[in-house]
Amino acid sequence: MVEVKRENDILMGKVDFTGVAKRVCLDLVPEVAPGEYVLVHVGFALARIDATEAARVFKILEELCQLGELEVPSE
Amino acid sequence: MKYLDEFREGGSTRALADLLAKRVRGRWSIMEVCGGQTHSIVKYGIDRMLPPGLELLHGPGCPVCVTPVEMIDRAHAVAQQPGVIFCSFGDMLRVPGSHGDLLSLKARGCDIRIVYSPLDALKLAVGRPDRQVVFFAIGFETTAPANAMAAWMAKRQNLSNFSLLVSQVLVPPMISAILQSPGNRVQAFLGPGHVCTVMGTREYDPIASHYKVPIVITGFEPVDLLSGILQAVAQLEEGRAVVENAYGRVVAPAGNPSGRALISEVFEGCDRKWRGLGIIPKSGLRLRHEYREQDAERRFDLQTVETAESPECISGQILRGLKKPVDCAAFGKTCRPEAPLGATMVSAEGACAAYYAYGRHREKEEPCTT
Repeated sequence: MVEVKRENDILMGKVDFTGVAKRVCLDLVPEVAPGEYVLVHVGFALARIDATEAARVFKILEELCQLGELEVPSE
Repeated sequence: MKYLDEFREGGSTRALADLLAKRVRGRWSIMEVCGGQTHSIVKYGIDRMLPPGLELLHGPGCPVCVTPVEMIDRAHAVAQQPGVIFCSFGDMLRVPGSHGDLLSLKARGCDIRIVYSPLDALKLAVGRPDRQVVFFAIGFETTAPANAMAAWMAKRQNLSNFSLLVSQVLVPPMISAILQSPGNRVQAFLGPGHVCTVMGTREYDPIASHYKVPIVITGFEPVDLLSGILQAVAQLEEGRAVVENAYGRVVAPAGNPSGRALISEVFEGCDRKWRGLGIIPKSGLRLRHEYREQDAERRFDLQTVETAESPECISGQILRGLKKPVDCAAFGKTCRPEAPLGATMVSAEGACAAYYAYGRHREKEEPCTT
């Protein structure tokens, strides 16, 4: 998310989809700040992406590798 | 892109598949609810990474697929009214009704436009007060806040030339209907990640406990899907049946409260017919009485005509997880994406269309040796 502005009482913003920028309604995630990642569906941001939760599965995989339950991923 | 690439990465995907192979003991059938999940599973070959005995069933979570033919016929009737600009998401245009699709109607001169968002249709209505703009408001709970916002804004702005043709459906009643259907094979669900982004996870608790079925809210990338499958298998093997969230980076337990409030403000529950499945009680949303001015079905005089599906099509059984696309005699032959016979082939996210897109109709004749 790169920009927030209020248009006719509705919170709008500009979201960069890997190079393509689109106007998106931010009214359902008013706490979002530029630089954060959002999930967008049909022109509406529905959720902010939670960085801690995103890292969780990879942490578990790493722990399993350390325990010897899994081989270290090759890529 | 961050939060996408690492969830598609081969090493982590293989590690999760290895872990699954080590941990599975029983034979289990798990249904992924969403069409987006089905598409991703077939695209990345997730179903082929699973150990023997573990099977994925493809659920009815593609909104385009399950929109009934009668509703598409109503869309045609509205689009043919003089002075109407009919707006729709692009993937609805190719879906056949009783007399062809919206795309061919457009070719015959009707003003039918593809929009990215219902707000684009609303903007069009503001700029064209001389025309009636109608938006085809289809979708699951994920799309409901956007459609609700369009109706809410139109009412607030007293726009007299904007209305919605609503065909909104809901996941929990559909899951219950599948679990109640005779011969049900589903033992656990990968829950709908983006639906739960709006609705949260709590409305699935009573279903998990009543039917004793694990429900793991799951995302759409290979790492997400395998994480969801792992959690579902762990529950099945331990004899547990609760709701778990394997898509925590996007789904909060309470969902999006503002989105849910907007849905309740504009819509109310109703019975809905699903293509391939029939009428499911309380499985849909319609505009509340306060929003009757925004209801295209009230604004235009629309006749309801009952239509019959092709007798060859087995999409009803596919949507319930009883059959696979390759079990159908018509699949890839008389039924193809450009000439679909029924629900699961009409949209790219349908199970049959996904199987077709990734070449599995060819393997039917020449079995894959790898």
